[in-house]
Amino acid sequence: MKINKLALTLIASTVVLTGCTSTDEKDASLLDTDLKAEQEALITSGLNNNAVSGEQFITQGLSQSELNANAMNGLTSLGAEFSDPANPLSKQTIYFKHDSSQVQQDFISIIAAHAQYLAANRGQRVILEGHTDELGSREYNIALGEQRAKSVFSILRSQGVTGQQVEVVSYGEEKPASEGVGEASWQLNRRVEITYQVQ
Amino acid sequence: MISILLRRFFLISLVGLFSPVAQSELSIEITKGTEAAVPLAVVPFGYSGSTTRSPVNLSSIISADLTRSGLFKALRERDMLAKPTTANKVNFRNWQALGQDYLIVGSVNEVMGQYQIQFQMLDVFKGEGLLGYRLTVKKNELRKTAHHISDLVYEKLTGKKSDFSSRIAYITTTKAGVNKRKLYKLLIADADGFNPRAIASSWEPLMSPSWSPDGNKIVYVSFENKRSAIYIQKLSDGKRTKIASYKGINGAPSFSPDGSKLALTLSKDGSPDIFVLNLKNKQLLKLTKSYAIDTEPSWSPDGRSIVYTSNRGGKPQLYIIPSQGGRSSRLTFDGDYNARGQFSSDGKSIVMVHANRGDYRIAIMDVATHTLNVLTAGRYDESPSFSANADMVLYSSKKAGRSVLSAVSADGRMHQSFTFDSGNVREPSWSH
Repeated sequence: MKINKLALTLIASTVVLTGCTSTDEKDASLLDTDLKAEQEALITSGLNNNAVSGEQFITQGLSQSELNANAMNGLTSLGAEFSDPANPLSKQTIYFKHDSSQVQQDFISIIAAHAQYLAANRGQRVILEGHTDELGSREYNIALGEQRAKSVFSILRSQGVTGQQVEVVSYGEEKPASEGVGEASWQLNRRVEITYQVQ
Repeated sequence: MISILLRRFFLISLVGLFSPVAQSELSIEITKGTEAAVPLAVVPFGYSGSTTRSPVNLSSIISADLTRSGLFKALRERDMLAKPTTANKVNFRNWQALGQDYLIVGSVNEVMGQYQIQFQMLDVFKGEGLLGYRLTVKKNELRKTAHHISDLVYEKLTGKKSDFSSRIAYITTTKAGVNKRKLYKLLIADADGFNPRAIASSWEPLMSPSWSPDGNKIVYVSFENKRSAIYIQKLSDGKRTKIASYKGINGAPSFSPDGSKLALTLSKDGSPDIFVLNLKNKQLLKLTKSYAIDTEPSWSPDGRSIVYTSNRGGKPQLYIIPSQGGRSSRLTFDGDYNARGQFSSDGKSIVMVHANRGDYRIAIMDVATHTLNVLTAGRYDESPSFSANADMVLYSSKKAGRSVLSAVSADGRMHQSFTFDSGNVREPSWSH
């Protein structure tokens, strides 16, 4: 039942997308009658072979802002130090130089603060998300993003955080923090995000 | 011959059954042509049938195909003095006066939903026929037939295999739904941008689509479960198989030329390395073992070697390694960034992303001499993909802050730009 409902949501949203560039509700409903059968074929062709993966496709496909919101909810229950701008734990993004995975001096103390917290809270898990700017080739950037996340991980580990508490994922240049073209955007995109997992 | 053609059309129409979605279409514009193009005229085909006009304008598709190749320049319809539809109605002096070397005339006859097509190619100066075919197809095969006629003309005049019936795969991102979230889609389309259809879509990144050698499957990377995994998807029924979902990176998949193996990047042992997966017995062979980044494997046409990107020397450069395992040797020395190499079908050249001080362009290296020919103007060019006969390279570039597809002839003379209604289009891959 749940999957059906999710599939319908997907149909509705893909109709808007694929039929035309307009997101107008009326257009979408007009197209709906013509294309509904075809839309279902689209889902089949994309994702239907495994219902579980189809469900995860929707439920786990939360946007970054929603994820952050979830993480923040978790944080609120963790402690006020995460939302206190004066506390290094409130900073969860580590920035890098172009084509480099070396952690810059300025960020060591921030990573150390997270290490201390995680070492004291063994049940707490984090995801280290590695990202790059858009320059160069995409798969190379996936590798570079992973190296960045692993650089942060090795500092965490050297200060007592266990491998069970940390997961490394690289998105390369696929999920920029800023969509613009130019150094001002790129420096925001060359980053590792330390994302606390909700218990 | 005709029965072979028909069999081919039948196969194509089977694939056509699963064209689910009318996507917004790509249109192609030639931004820089070449002066050496051979002039020819494709006269509008005659038509008789139950509708007032032919459902598909064959001559305009053939004209566009031949012009897109960069080797021909098709005469505009309004510059034609006469519009004969059979060879015996042609006044060759008219066409000589217009400076045309070749002429293509033909007609379409619809009877009870069957379309009888006949066409002839004529040498304007010798006043003789070079090629002539008669074939019968269904309505939904007319466009394919036009591409097939382009193939026949191109192959007759150049002696080379053509690409007009090939397809392209690419990734788009658009802002979708009420929350304007980024939606990733994997699409395939005809080589002229027509008939695009999404074969997968996700709120999480889709990446690195690549064709199986038989053109029946696409392999790609999906983050739909919040971490990377590699899938092979059949185009006929949409069924897909998860090929790799190890801890860490599962990326850069590429079919071997015989389709039996997959080269890919995995970081399950630590740093990203190149592996070869035997698709039959699932055996995994680890090819590179460096502590640096090794990624973006691509096969030589004989299947014996794999070119890949590595930063083991400090900066990304191309290296080559035997596909059975062995020693790597470095291929590129010019520029501070060379990545994502891909062999041409004759094995004589490698196309790559080539950069100096942050200016990223598409370049082709001659394998024998190691000479590099930079084809594009930069500065954000990436993801080059050779066409089957290696005449053209499709790549992605930036235009007004958006990713767009572009194409360039392998000699760098002709440039085309593909326009898409909205969103970002990238990572093109040409079927072979």
